[in-house]
Amino acid sequence: MTATVLSPETPRLHVPVSSEQVLKLTRYQLREYLRSRRFVALLAIVLAVGAILTAIVAHFRGGIVTTNLAFYGSLWGGGVAIPIVLSAVFFGGDAIAGEFQNKTGYFLMGLPVRRATVYVGKFIAAYLASAAMVLLFLAILLANGAYYFGSAALPWQLALSLLLSLLYLAAVLGATFLFSSLFKTSAYGFVLTAILFLFGFSLLQDVLVDLAKVEPWMIISYASSTIGGVFGSNINWGLFGVKTVSTMMVGRISVTTVSWTAGIGEGIVIMIAYLVITALAGLVLFEREEFN
Amino acid sequence: MAPPSIETTDLTKTFGSFTALESLSLSISGTKCVGFLGPNGAGKTTTLKLLTDMIFPTRGGCSINGYSVQTDRKKALADAGVLIETPEIYPSLTPNEALEMVADLRGVPPAERRPRIRTVLSEVKMLDWADQKVGRMSKGMKQRINIAAALVHDPAVLLLDEPSTGLDPRGMAEVRSIVRDLKKSQRLIFMSSHILSEVTDVCDEVALVNHGKLLFYDTLENVTSRFSDGHSSVDVSLARPLDGGVVPPSIAALPGVLSVNALDTKRLRIRFSGGAAGQEKLLETLVGLKIGVIGMADSESALEEVYLSQISRGD
Ligand SMILES: Nc1ncnc2c1ncn2[C@@H]1O[C@H](COP(=O)(O)OP(=O)(O)O)[C@@H](O)[C@H]1O
Ligand SMILES: [Mg+2]
Repeated sequence: MTATVLSPETPRLHVPVSSEQVLKLTRYQLREYLRSRRFVALLAIVLAVGAILTAIVAHFRGGIVTTNLAFYGSLWGGGVAIPIVLSAVFFGGDAIAGEFQNKTGYFLMGLPVRRATVYVGKFIAAYLASAAMVLLFLAILLANGAYYFGSAALPWQLALSLLLSLLYLAAVLGATFLFSSLFKTSAYGFVLTAILFLFGFSLLQDVLVDLAKVEPWMIISYASSTIGGVFGSNINWGLFGVKTVSTMMVGRISVTTVSWTAGIGEGIVIMIAYLVITALAGLVLFEREEFN
Repeated sequence: MAPPSIETTDLTKTFGSFTALESLSLSISGTKCVGFLGPNGAGKTTTLKLLTDMIFPTRGGCSINGYSVQTDRKKALADAGVLIETPEIYPSLTPNEALEMVADLRGVPPAERRPRIRTVLSEVKMLDWADQKVGRMSKGMKQRINIAAALVHDPAVLLLDEPSTGLDPRGMAEVRSIVRDLKKSQRLIFMSSHILSEVTDVCDEVALVNHGKLLFYDTLENVTSRFSDGHSSVDVSLARPLDGGVVPPSIAALPGVLSVNALDTKRLRIRFSGGAAGQEKLLETLVGLKIGVIGMADSESALEEVYLSQISRGD
């Protein structure tokens, strides 16, 4: 090796600024995701879900394929949570915990990068990989839509719903990164995110509405209901939910049910709050975590 | 021009009620190789993790090249190469890709990356595996890549935690020779080891730790002469076991001989005074005793005795 005389006053190397390092880390992490087995697995799952939906639509044309709006309302509005939650779990579930458990963090920690740089770079990479899955799901539905409705204009609600979905994805990833920082064992993050987002939160939401009879604004599944909500007939754009009380007669007993519909603005605020709070909490934990 | 430096001040780390490192104050500067010697569990890895901000001090702090590791990890590690335990590299990467990532994040100019990566990969004898996936490599091969990664930006300071662990004997010898080569360029190398011979082989200075405490830090020469009091020590090999396994009392009675110990039935360690002349006389006399002397060599040096006696003291 050639000897180099090093002088701290005239450093040979300029370590890139942190924002630049974030982009570099994002690029490397993204490549890692694209090559991973879980990416292939997720691709297969999303394609399978798409194929099943395609088959169902083809079989039961009636109810779903009446209008463009109804089609996207039920399939996109009802289905997009699946690729969102699954890819967040797959890509984010061990993003931080894995660095500890697999000791890959030991490799990164020897580099002149701030922990926040690693965290943000991984977050963006996980987001992009997950968003790719969401867009793949969208592409499958668009292909179906084109088959049934030809060149008819797409409903504008789909664009808004897509934006809400991408925001929801960020919020889910925030929570995923929080759990991933909380536990040094990858499996806990995977399981907790999957349970909470696949049914935990909606269960909580039901409990709050049915038993406590309060607006479940603090539950993210309530906010994410706006993804399907925008396809409804009278959209609540506001920052507050709308309460609907309906009374039904079951025999001679009247049963009153309460339901809440989140406002679009409200949903956006809640999802941003989830994203910011969970992602920051995860970062604070990661900053304090020791590589033992 | 400020020389490369490593400094720890009252550096202390406790895990619960256990003190893994107690008030380590070390000031190292200049281009040299410092061996951080201590038995397993002495606190070596703890110190190196503190020096790289992987764990946080309970008390005190440390800096590299004048930059605090605790408050300015980016600047502190900018001109340092680090190898602690055996890090795992993302398994889907090839050595070329892993080193490219390191060089990129460290700010090695694009034009210099390829040649630098080739240089360090050939140095650790991994050039032939440059495009194979790291995930399929053995621990020893990964360790070589890790060493290459610590060198790819040609750092002024190198922090190496037992770099030869996990390698086969040939790999260990190769790592030692790599470290010896690195000394030729202007660097400060801080290398931990529990193997005395590794330290005496490649280092200029030694810091001895045990039970989380620094016992001494000095040049190898000073340590050796300080603890040997001008005495020398040789190992004598015999062709046949000693009669009855006992050391003939006549040897201990020889002029200049301070002590005689049987290392085993066919090897004696003799401490004596009188330098080279004393040794010549001793050899003549031993041969005259007709106990089957077939060889005489300097023993491991006084440092080994120091190491063994110091580390057993606190047990
Ligand atoms: N995370 C930890 N929790 C508890 N004890 C630890 C932890 N890390 C290290 N130790 C203890 O600290 C001591 C020093 O460990 P270490 O620095 O790894 O020793 P060395 O590298 O010199 O062999 C050991 O007794 C070890 O068990
Ligand atoms: Mg160790």
